[in-house]
Amino acid sequence: MDNVVREIRKNEKIVVQNLSYRYPLSNNKAIEDINFSVCAGESVGIIGRNGSGKSTLCLALTGLVPLFFGGKRSGRVLVDGTDVLEIPKEKLVRKIGLVLQNPFSQISGAKMTVFDEVAFGLENLGVEREEMLERVEKVLRRLDLWSKRDQNPFELSGGQLQRLAIASVLALEPEILVLDEPTSQLDPQGTTEVFEVLSELKRTGITIILVEHKFEKLVEHVDKVIFLHEGKVIGIGTPEEIFSMREIDEYSVGEPIYTSVCKKLNARKPNGKYPVHFEEAIEVLKGALKSHDTNG
Amino acid sequence: MTQMVRERLIKIENLWFAYKSEDYVLKGISLILDNRPTAIVGQNGAGKTTFVKLLKALLRPTKGDIWIFGQNTKETTAARLAKTVGLVFQNPSDQIFKSRVLDEVMFGPLNVFRDKHKAYENSLKALEIVGLSKKKEEHPYDLTLSERKLLCLASVLAMEPEVIILDEPTIAQDKYSTKVIAEIIYQLASSGKLIIAITHDMDFVLENFSRTIVFTDGVVILDGETEKVLSDDNTLEKAHLEVPWLIKLSQRIGVSYDAVKNLGI
Repeated sequence: MDNVVREIRKNEKIVVQNLSYRYPLSNNKAIEDINFSVCAGESVGIIGRNGSGKSTLCLALTGLVPLFFGGKRSGRVLVDGTDVLEIPKEKLVRKIGLVLQNPFSQISGAKMTVFDEVAFGLENLGVEREEMLERVEKVLRRLDLWSKRDQNPFELSGGQLQRLAIASVLALEPEILVLDEPTSQLDPQGTTEVFEVLSELKRTGITIILVEHKFEKLVEHVDKVIFLHEGKVIGIGTPEEIFSMREIDEYSVGEPIYTSVCKKLNARKPNGKYPVHFEEAIEVLKGALKSHDTNG
Repeated sequence: MTQMVRERLIKIENLWFAYKSEDYVLKGISLILDNRPTAIVGQNGAGKTTFVKLLKALLRPTKGDIWIFGQNTKETTAARLAKTVGLVFQNPSDQIFKSRVLDEVMFGPLNVFRDKHKAYENSLKALEIVGLSKKKEEHPYDLTLSERKLLCLASVLAMEPEVIILDEPTIAQDKYSTKVIAEIIYQLASSGKLIIAITHDMDFVLENFSRTIVFTDGVVILDGETEKVLSDDNTLEKAHLEVPWLIKLSQRIGVSYDAVKNLGI
């Protein structure tokens, strides 16, 4: 497989080549023959049904698959041209940060306060004390947890815990941020706030990989979408291209809820695609209703 | 009280609760919960999960009372209430402890019915309802988070409780599994069970619950028919919530929500 490895283009931050992975004791590959690349500063969404390989792909991007989980990986995951398995760990955690799907799995359990939990990663990296204090305060304020800094992490609500998990990764200031459903436990306002943080990070040039079932939010924050099904890539394209694919319906993946309304009415944009942004959908639906009135 | 047994209601009277003294998480809640599928919404930390733990008698009211079908929760235990109230936890790891999916589901009914055959039959049926029949021999921690949440739901269904409380049932679920959960809720409600769910998914609430209660900072600030509650953008904003997309859409294109809903989204 490695003989088809191609040259890395300039500006490609992540290159995934022929990536397959099988968990220990499993007969099936969780992901199979995955190929894509992500440029520096790009935001990429990963969508697909439960069990389609999204979380495994996130783990593979950070090297936790196979380093932590064992199992058999083939193909390559290159970050800045080097395979993640060959990058020294202390360097890797500065390059790529992962926010897990379940915040209860991310919190160390070793620290008694929210503040110390965020400082934990920085302590391990040997960051200077002054800088550490500064960074912890900055992320706790950014994620609206400053007032909770002296509380035990396990006294927090589910949503607060999820923000803490994000904060502890952001404090490491990685160049690439991989987030596996980072807003699943958050209320709508908390979700909006996390997406605002992501927009801000994108503006600073961070590369973002995001798994998210809230498609209405996802489409507003990603440049392209990777669509997985049963471990394989079905499509890579703009949100509009992907959510207009017939396989989206065939595999019951879903789409932004207003896009579903457009699909029911076969209301498309002039380019033949279904609208994925709310304002566009309103415009297309108004047009469809008007032409229905005129014709009917 | 005898009348309430017949009425199949949950009555909450001036409920106050504090984990630490005087630091109240719930502040004087009075409600009657009936057989309308009911959603509890509110910002993170509003007291929703604490409230349902009190309904399940996992916590005791600091002040006030809760009667489940006439039974005061102060005078019973969570174990004794298991046959009446089933709570599906937000985080499956808080619930799962067996090393085989089928054993996990059977644990509850075995204790409730003390009948191995019934426990087995109920468990198989519950696994089928949530779509996990094929995984019954697996280790729960080999399942995905989404499947573990469905496993927890099956464990509760197998006990046939009269009241089913779901804490954030759609977390980690894709659109397809969310529809499966919606169908389960519909079937349970149709068979007369009391369904209460905590969720942040406003469109899920709109489509599946006839009553919505809004919590903010330990108090109920709005309670009523779902479509009406979820159209009240001022109150929703106060509660850090948002108007569901389909209501926003119907308002913007000038078509009633019912007409949009009838498209069968």
